Amino acid sequence: MMDDLYQETILDHSKRPRNHHSMQDANRKAEGYNPLCGDKLRLYLKIENDIVQDASFEGSGCAISTASASLMTESLKGKTRAEASKLIDKFHELLTTDTPVTKDLGKLVVFCGVRDYPARVKCATLAWHTMKSALNGTGEQVTTE
Amino acid sequence: MSTAGSVVSTGLDVERIREDFPVLRQTIHGKPLVYLDNAATAQKPACVVEAIRKFHEVDCANIHRGVHELSQRSTAAYEETRVKARRFLNARSKEEIVFVRGTTEGINLVASSWGRKNVRAGDEIIISALEHHSNIVPWQMLCEEKDAKLRVIPMNDRGELLLEEYEKLLNPRTRMVAVGHVSNALGTINPIAEIIQMAHRAGALTLIDGAQAAPHMHIDVQALDSDFYTFSGHKVFGPTGIGILHGKAKLLDAMPPYQGGGDMIRTVTFEKTTYNDLPYKFEAGTPNIAGGIGLGAALSYIHKIGLGKIAAYEHELLTYGTEVLSGIPGLRIIGTAREKAAVLSFVMEGIHPHDIGTVLDRQGIAVRTGHHCAQPVMDWFHIPATTRASFAFYNTMAEIDALGAGLRKVQEVFA
Repeated sequence: MMDDLYQETILDHSKRPRNHHSMQDANRKAEGYNPLCGDKLRLYLKIENDIVQDASFEGSGCAISTASASLMTESLKGKTRAEASKLIDKFHELLTTDTPVTKDLGKLVVFCGVRDYPARVKCATLAWHTMKSALNGTGEQVTTE
Repeated sequence: MSTAGSVVSTGLDVERIREDFPVLRQTIHGKPLVYLDNAATAQKPACVVEAIRKFHEVDCANIHRGVHELSQRSTAAYEETRVKARRFLNARSKEEIVFVRGTTEGINLVASSWGRKNVRAGDEIIISALEHHSNIVPWQMLCEEKDAKLRVIPMNDRGELLLEEYEKLLNPRTRMVAVGHVSNALGTINPIAEIIQMAHRAGALTLIDGAQAAPHMHIDVQALDSDFYTFSGHKVFGPTGIGILHGKAKLLDAMPPYQGGGDMIRTVTFEKTTYNDLPYKFEAGTPNIAGGIGLGAALSYIHKIGLGKIAAYEHELLTYGTEVLSGIPGLRIIGTAREKAAVLSFVMEGIHPHDIGTVLDRQGIAVRTGHHCAQPVMDWFHIPATTRASFAFYNTMAEIDALGAGLRKVQEVFA
């Protein structure tokens, strides 16, 4: 019944989130907040030579937001800042438009079901808003509102 | 407890009542709608929908001062609701009944009009740890403006206010005690008669936020001796955008108008304006006429069923609901006051309320998830959010069984 939203990969990453820890040598940090549900997330990035060497996050949220943060940190590693920025746009497109799902999102395509649950889009985008803030180096708390 | 039979021991024919609510006759994602979000807004019986339709199709005109037939009809229908609201609250007179947009506006009216005139630097306003944001923020704004102090009655881990702590907060500087009758987040029924008496002994006034009480129990503002009491139309099965503020006449009389405009004046010249009598002094501009008429139909509907029967039946729903939810492993009910309205707020181990809400929705079950506009309550329990099932008299024991089954499904998905 719930397969369209809670796909196996999402359930797996929500129960066993990857990169779910703080990072001592991070050189970029940002905090995200979803006032709707009170979820808070802290994102750590280590960027060297314009490449994301490492990414991790702390905080707990719903299955969608936790899986999103987990899969995002996985997919970020090894990407240049420009590539990471492009990924943000593609992910938003996946969630908020009806355009056909493209292959280059990799595992992230499991979030395509979220577009049918408008009330849950912000859960999926919290980590990504936070990543944008970390990449831009503002470090201020961002909210989904 | 058995789930069989639609007529339960409290004498309420729930199956018959459900026929009055057109919205309940639908399926959501292929399952019958189980509407358990009544604390957010209640559904509307056909008589309310019909009263609003009739106003727009047959009687539509602006109220007051019109000499033509339609204006007289609409004025009569609108003012009839004031009379019904007086009866609903057992107010002394209909002049004490002010139409507002809802509870939020009722509180803002008092904080703004009474508060600006009467609160000075160093004065104190008391609210409680259970309040909805709408009974926190207007007072905070007032205190900021006047350099007054906002004090908070604490609660215990059942979600009950600590009256001995409240007693300590009261002092000659206390100007107002503003508390909710029933907590929207937890369902706690506060001992407001006692709270009001204690405030009066200290020389303070009281405002009761009745948004969550009005749909569920008898309210008698004379017996309570509340100074202000306010509730929303949409939570008592009426439309949104209309509500009632009751205030004692002598207090309302001494207060400056809340907003300026048409209807609230007696005479206007460019030099000076004199204000209208109560309650019109507080009703500037063309009001929500259709909403007022719809609210009148809703109050008549509740009166016909009887709040005594409603309260007794909802207590059965609460008892059975508590029993069903308590049987689910890993589920913890938040708010276990001894005096409770039919609200079940809960958390489930390892599963976020938003995920619970979505999986329940796919089974046709509507609940609310989040902080319920009561973030301080969530903070107190160290949780970001809860799932809340809130009941009305058209809910059934079978729907509680559906909720129980739905929550087991939630656990399967996230096991």
